[in-house]
This record gives sequence, structure tokens and C-alpha cells, in this order.
Amino acid sequence: MFGRLSLSAIPFDQPIIMGAGAMMALSVISVLGVLTYFRLWKWLWREWLTTVDHKKLGVMYIIVAFVMLLRGFADALMMRSQLAIAYHGNPGYLPPHHYDQVFTAHGVIMIFFMAMTFMIGLMNVVVPLQIGARDVAFPFLNSVSFWMTAVSALLVNLSLVLGDFAATGWLAYPPLSELHYSPSVGVDYYIWALQISGLGTLLTGVNFFTTIVKMRAPGMTFMKMPIFTWTCLCTNVLILAAFPVLTVTLALLALDRYLGMHFFTNDGGGNAMLYITLIWTWGHPEVYILILPAFGIFSEVIATFSRKPLFGYKTMVYATCSIMGLSFVVWLHHFFTMGSGADVNAFFGIMTMIIAIPTGVKLFNWLFTMYGGRIEFTVPVLWTIGFMVTFTIGGMTGVILAIPGADFLLHNSLFLIAHFHNVIIGGVLFGYLAGFNYWFPKMFGFKLNETWGKRSFWFWLTGFYVAFMPLYVLGFLGMTRRLNHYDNPAWHPWLLIAAGGAALIACGIGCQLMQLFVSIRDRDLAENRDLAGDPWDGRTLEWATSSPPAFYNFAVTPHPNSIDPFVRMKSNGTAHLRPARYNGIHMPHNTPAGLFVGGFSAVMGFALIWHIWWLAVFGVVCGIGTVIVRSFNPAIDYILPAADVARIEAQFAALREQDAQLKAAE
Amino acid sequence: MAQTTIATTVGHIEPDDAHADHGDTTVFGFWVYLMTDCILFGTLFATFAVMRTSFAGGPTGKQLFEIPGVAYETAALLLSSITYGFAMLCAYQQKVGLVRFWLVVTFVLGLCFLTIEVREFAGLVAEGAGPDRSAFLSIFFTLVGTHGLHVTCGLIWMAVLLSQTLGKSSLSSTAIKRLSCLSLFWHFLDIVWICVFSFVYLASVM
Repeated sequence: MFGRLSLSAIPFDQPIIMGAGAMMALSVISVLGVLTYFRLWKWLWREWLTTVDHKKLGVMYIIVAFVMLLRGFADALMMRSQLAIAYHGNPGYLPPHHYDQVFTAHGVIMIFFMAMTFMIGLMNVVVPLQIGARDVAFPFLNSVSFWMTAVSALLVNLSLVLGDFAATGWLAYPPLSELHYSPSVGVDYYIWALQISGLGTLLTGVNFFTTIVKMRAPGMTFMKMPIFTWTCLCTNVLILAAFPVLTVTLALLALDRYLGMHFFTNDGGGNAMLYITLIWTWGHPEVYILILPAFGIFSEVIATFSRKPLFGYKTMVYATCSIMGLSFVVWLHHFFTMGSGADVNAFFGIMTMIIAIPTGVKLFNWLFTMYGGRIEFTVPVLWTIGFMVTFTIGGMTGVILAIPGADFLLHNSLFLIAHFHNVIIGGVLFGYLAGFNYWFPKMFGFKLNETWGKRSFWFWLTGFYVAFMPLYVLGFLGMTRRLNHYDNPAWHPWLLIAAGGAALIACGIGCQLMQLFVSIRDRDLAENRDLAGDPWDGRTLEWATSSPPAFYNFAVTPHPNSIDPFVRMKSNGTAHLRPARYNGIHMPHNTPAGLFVGGFSAVMGFALIWHIWWLAVFGVVCGIGTVIVRSFNPAIDYILPAADVARIEAQFAALREQDAQLKAAE
Repeated sequence: MAQTTIATTVGHIEPDDAHADHGDTTVFGFWVYLMTDCILFGTLFATFAVMRTSFAGGPTGKQLFEIPGVAYETAALLLSSITYGFAMLCAYQQKVGLVRFWLVVTFVLGLCFLTIEVREFAGLVAEGAGPDRSAFLSIFFTLVGTHGLHVTCGLIWMAVLLSQTLGKSSLSSTAIKRLSCLSLFWHFLDIVWICVFSFVYLASVM
């Protein structure tokens, strides 16, 4: 009846796990309590859970990403503190099996549920606004994508208290991840969480690719698109091309585990290296899926706050596109040591180094944008400059690793760990945090506190260097990744320093939470409110809307006919022109169907993990059934009456008027 | 200069409805999805290429495959693409009765294809040549089975669209849009099957 699931799946004897579980339960209960106390359930259901509005879905993505950042960072703190004490006969406080789950969960959560989720959240909020569209091409599909991502994050966290998580490393290499070596539910949690969220991401890719290609405002040709939209377009192409490979790879591993097939097993003709090559065929484009939108964010931020058009718009587009193409011909550098031979390794080594060229082009573009500009050192700009320095270092260590001969020494050492954290924290995370600070007023109508933002930045930046520079040294000292304890006295001081760095980053995250708290508390102060919708004197169309934008985004479709159209509209006085009369607007209805599809896919995933076959069938049938039932409903959209549009636009005009008066009074 | 810009821009400010027609976008989006499906099959074909001789001492394709049965299967699926084409032609002419007729014919042909495939699979498993016998058989069952799963989804979809035409004397633009997407899907599965037939069955017995 319940497959492998029984009460013994809960590890009552593990105080750390039970403590973490109790913490999670407590926070869930307190959130539910607050919702009930303030009678917010109806509001939550109507405004958020059933929404198909890209901006609200984007906000929910970002909330999930922040929660997952905290979870993934807790894992990081555990690893760093374990290694600080597990020296010279001291086993530390994390037994190996638990430690293995911690580093696996850290990688999976940070890549899939923090970075991917954060990126897709920002893309959701910004891209339709930047291209002057009223929503994405398929709003309902968008909500399905979100809920699939959200429930997958839930599944991963469920593994904390129910059963265990994969203890295989974040890519679950076979044969270790095969049933023979990992008989528990851990790898199954991994497989189904990633399959469900991967499908969600793939649908996002279809949705946003279609949106950007088909729904740009008239006049916005490809070479007039904002750079962030360009990078998102390239990222979505990568999602479309790479995620099906992930789906297949994980499906083959699942078939090995569930039906006794022989894709990656040691016997029966299986070939574990096939898994490695397939997973990296997805995995390498994946890192560019993450970094390209961050490049886009930096471009927007640096142009806005230098008060200049981006230097070298065209080269930026070409650089982005060539990185997109090159990202598919470098995956073998993740396993030079497989022994493909000198010719193959040399090809992939050279291709990898070539990626440094378009990336270098981008760096010079940002530098020349700043040159001669009137730079304002706001929080997004600090993140951008911190990125430019940090990412350059990370890129150079990447070029070192791209030399096959050097890689044979450094493969799977802490040098590698230092390198990819150097580019992922210094590139991806800094970028998303810059974007979060930059677009926050657009999402919520008030600015984030600058002081706490700057504190957070400086803690993060110094914390990053203190935590990860020692890892480069440790790599040269021969320390491999994923060690649980060690005896080498030469490593100990460096690991202590690294733990100190993690503590500094913890302060950075604390400042971020403080920044949110202070900003929300002071949201109604005049200097924090974003009345006119354009707090930074922005250059692109998202700043032409109110903050937060009306749910239809644009009452009148804009006709951008240049790069940085909003700059031109402001200079020639055509920003915010109001027509004599408005037309009704065609909008989609909210629907709980996306939530249901996500919920049923979670039921399916959970049932498959625990071998509860009847429940898995139930989940699949209900999930598909939900979509079919919805397809019989003709009333999925409506026309918003012109009078309502006029009323909302009049309110926005009044706010702009109020803003102008406040500015004049200063 | 600035004056003319204002003039032209103001000229553009007219109430409008950018979202009026979605059909075009939907078909494009579905086409994009199909390309991702194409990569999914491409990955499976690549895996087949790697494992086509990994028999692990078990039976080879040459010993197992019976081409005549597969040929009937192929004929059924190819024919179903033609009949779906007829259904689409009738849909454009709003001949709802004929649309239903051709959809039923397509459905039956698809069902024939699936039946033959399931019988083949059952026969192989009964012979002891199931997917757990060797890596070659793992990828054979997975590749052909994934295609079969797609055909199954196509049939469910077809049944849903068929039921949505019941009691209607004309097809809405939404109905035509959905039929067009299924049409793309169905022809795509045909193309994939041609590759399966050539690279999996024919190449194994030759």
C-alpha cells in the first residue's frame, strides 16, 4: 500500500536532521499561522496561487530562490565548519553518509533551486516589460512551469526528514548512483525532483523563446532589443537545446534503477562514461544558461548608472551569441581525465579557451561604458564592479583548467571548487543580486535600503575572497573535493580561514535580510517610494510603466524604434502620452490549474520515490486530466473594459504628477 | 528633427489590442516544443549508436527482429499521417463530419501501430529478451518505447479533440489551432519512426 514508506523513514536518531526538520516545520507553521491570523488565505489564493501574471510568478520564483539560498547556504556552513574541525583524528560532527548528502544537496539546491529559479524569476518580471508585451506568450503554461519548480524544491526539502537525499555529488555519477551502490531513496529524490523541475524549465524555455521572438512591440527589431532580453533569448535557446538531454539522461538512470536496465551499470554492457558525457552535454550549457542573463543585468545596470548608452551594443550581442554557440562544444573539459586521447582533449581545451575571447569583449564593453560616464555608486553598480574583478579572476583560473595537462593535476581538487564558485558566486549570484536591487522598485513600488545593501555587498565580497582563495591554495596542496576529514597539517590553517570566510558571507546574507526588513518597514517614506515608475532614470521600456506595473503592463502598445527607447521618449516628450480614449484589453483569467498540475506532479514524484505505484498512476492521470478538463473551458480569457483601463491609467498619471511636485519642492 | 519624431510617434498612439490573435503564436510555440522533442529523440538515437553492439552475450537485433511485422507497423503509421492530412484539409473547409471521420480512421491506424508494437515487446520479453537483458535491449526498448509513449499521448489528445468536435457544426479558430498542433505532432512522430525503422530495425538486420 505505501511501498517503501514507513515510519522508519524518519531518522529520529539524528539530532541534526531532526533539529533542521523541526526548524522547517516551525517556519511553515508560523507562515500558515500568520496567513490565518490576518485572514489572508483568500487574498493569497486570488492574487498569487492562481495567478498567471508573469510579474507575480516572477516574484514567487524569487521568493523560492531566496528560501533555497538560505537552505543551500546552511549546507555550505555545515561543510565549512565540519572541515574546520574534522582534523587529525577528530571525526567532526557530520558522519560521512550525512556529509555526502549535505554536499550533494548544496550543489543541487544552489544550481537548480536558487540560481535557475532566481534567473527565471528575474526573466519573468522583466522580459515582457522590456519588449513592450502584455504578458508572455502562454501565461497558463508559465504558471505550470512555476509550480513544477516550486514542488520540486519541496521534494528536495522533504528528503531531509523523510528518507535521505542522494549521497553522490550533485550530478549523481553512476555507478555510484546505481541501485547496487545507492539502494535508498536518496537518488530517487534527486531524479524526480530534477525531472519535474527540468520539465518546468523546458516549458519556460518554450514560453520565453516564443514570447521574445513573437511578441516584441512593433518597431523593436532584434538589433534594438535591450541587452537583458538578448541574453535571455540566448539562455532560452540553450534551455531548449540542453534540457531535453538532461531529461533523457535522468530517465535512463531511472530506468536502470526501476526496471533493471543496463545503461550505466558495470554489468550487462552498460557504460558509466556515457552518463558523464550526456550529463555534461546538458551541464556545460547549463552554466551559460545561468551566466548569460547575469551578463545582461550588468549591461543594463552599468548603462543606466553611467548615464550612457551601452558601449558596443552590437559586439555585446555577437559576444553573447558566440558564447551561446561555443557552450555546446566544450563539455568534454569536465572529464579530460576520462582518457579520450590527446587530440580530443586538445580540441576541447582550445574551444574552452576561445570562450574567454567573447567574455573579454564583454568586460571591455562594460569598462568603456563606465569610461567618461557619470557613475553613481549604487548597490547594483557595486555588485557589477565586484563582479568584473572577481569574474575576471575566476575566468583566468578557468583557462588554467582548460589546459588538459594542468587539468590532470587539478581535476577534482579544491582548485576546481574554488574556480567554479569564483565564477558562479562572482558572476551569477552577484548578477542576480544586482538585478534584484535594480528591479526591486519595479516589482514592489519602493526602493531597497542602500546602506544595508552596501553592507551586504562588502560582506559578501570580502567573505567570498576569504572563503575561496584558500581553496585555490588547498587545490595546489593536493586536497581533493568531497573529503569528510583529513590528517594533513598543511591544510588545516587554510580550511580555518575558509570557514571564517563563510562566516563573513553569513553576515552578508544577514545584512540582506536586514535590508529587506528595513526597506519594507520604511516603504512609505517619501524618499523610498517609486511613484513615477522610473527611480533610476532608466533607459528601457520596463521603466515606462508604473511600479508595480498594471497587470496588463501597457495600456497602449509602445512603438520603440531605437535602442534605449525610453531615453528617447523622455527626451522628446513622448513618454507617458495618453490617448484620447482607451480600448478594452484582452487578458487571461486566473486559474488554479497550474497549481493543480504542479501538485499532482509532486504526488507522482513522491509516489515514484517510495514505490507507491497506485499513487503514481493517480498523480499522472490527475495531472493530465487537469489540463484536459481545462481545455474544455472556453472562458479562459476576457476583455478588460476600456473604462477600467482609463481609471488605472489616471491613477498612474496622478502618481506621476505627485512625484513631479515632490521633485519640484526639493 | 525632434518635432518630426514627436509627430510620427504621436501618430502611432492609437488604442490597439496586440493580443487579439494568438493562433499564430501558439503554432510557433508548439513547433519550438517539437524541436526540443527532436533533441530528446536525438539523444536516444545517440545512445543507441553507442550501445548497438553491447549485447552482453545476449541476443542480437538480427536474431530478434522480424521485419515483416515492423513493416506492417510502419505502413499503419505512415498511412495515419496521410489520413490526418485529409482531416486537416477538411478542417480548413469546415467539413466537420469528414474531420471526425478522418480522425477516427487516424485513431484506428494509430491504435493498430501501438498494438503491433506492444505484441512485439511482449514477445521479446517472453523470449527472455527483455530490457534488462543487455544494454542493447535497454536502449532498444527505451527508444522504441519512448516513441510508442508519444503515439499514446497523441491518441489521447486525438480522442480529446474528437470529443470537442461532437455536436458542433463548425470549427472555431481555437479548434483549428489545436488540430494544427496535433497535426505537427503526428507528422513529427512519423518522421521519428522512419529513423527508428531505418537505424534500429533495418541497420540491425542488414
